[in-house]
Amino acid sequence: MTWTALIALAACAYAFKAAGPVLARQGELRPAVEQVLALLAIPILAAVVVVQTLDGGERLTIDARVAAIAVAALLAWRRAPFLVVVLAAAATAALLRAI
Amino acid sequence: MSVTQIRPVEASTERAAPERSVTRAALAIGVATGAYGVSFGVLSVAAGLSVAQTSVMSLLVFTGASQFAAVGVIASGGAALAALAPALVLAGRNAIYGFALVPILRGSRLARAAQAQLIIDESTAMARSQDDPAAAHRAFLATGLSIFVFWNLGTLTGALLGTGLGDPRALGLDAMFPAAFVALLSPQLRKPGAPTAAVAGALIALVLIPVAPVGVPILVAVAGVVPGVLASRRVAAATDVG
Repeated sequence: MTWTALIALAACAYAFKAAGPVLARQGELRPAVEQVLALLAIPILAAVVVVQTLDGGERLTIDARVAAIAVAALLAWRRAPFLVVVLAAAATAALLRAI
Repeated sequence: MSVTQIRPVEASTERAAPERSVTRAALAIGVATGAYGVSFGVLSVAAGLSVAQTSVMSLLVFTGASQFAAVGVIASGGAALAALAPALVLAGRNAIYGFALVPILRGSRLARAAQAQLIIDESTAMARSQDDPAAAHRAFLATGLSIFVFWNLGTLTGALLGTGLGDPRALGLDAMFPAAFVALLSPQLRKPGAPTAAVAGALIALVLIPVAPVGVPILVAVAGVVPGVLASRRVAAATDVG
């Protein structure tokens, strides 16, 4: 990653955060906006999981990551701590690649 | 960075207690996020970023899911520009949080601009779980500052630990990225409409990966919020009637 890309990302990320507090007038949010707000991150996170598990450069690929994510999903569903979920996924992928 | 599930701070029978319990919750969330920061530091260095770049990203970008997304694309061999797309989509939700926090943030325009850097999932959720604006502002600052400190300490620790770790694929580090997002997603699935939104987002990404340029599947997947909202309204209507 270049420094230019990194600084551009930082600038955009800050602009998003500051837009409301710096520009908006005080007031309450409309209920419809609240509903979208509550769910907004969810489809994005789900899409990121799919892309990072199956994307092989503009085509779907199935490799050790799929088994790793199955393990991660099971542990997350059982409410395991964050580090346990992530480390178990890494261990699963590493193990499958070693054999 | 919603690594911890945020519960509204429990109403206490004592008058002085709520303030202390907010501080305690903020510290607990900060420490948990620190552990998450360590894994970010390790992965970022494994993806090829320097220790300095990794630390600067945590200081300046300071929004965990975006950072994981950017580094994840770099790790899978993507260009820097391709890495920006999913990171920006994820960072975009902070804009909505910013507008949601307008009634809560205090001070001059400059003070509000400085506080804006602390706008992330957890600080917003903690602020919005308070009853009055003054308590909400205190909860926002306590949570935001606690996470800022621990996230950056964790990142630096992880980046230093991760230097010279070896082949990231053999260690399964590339599987850690989607696993991190699974861990972020799962506590949020209990909200009404959330499972529908998650399935819709995943399906959109699945269909678009073979045909769309990098970053686009995630961008379009935002539309999954629409069936999610519709489903949550059906749940609300059903509870009203029943």
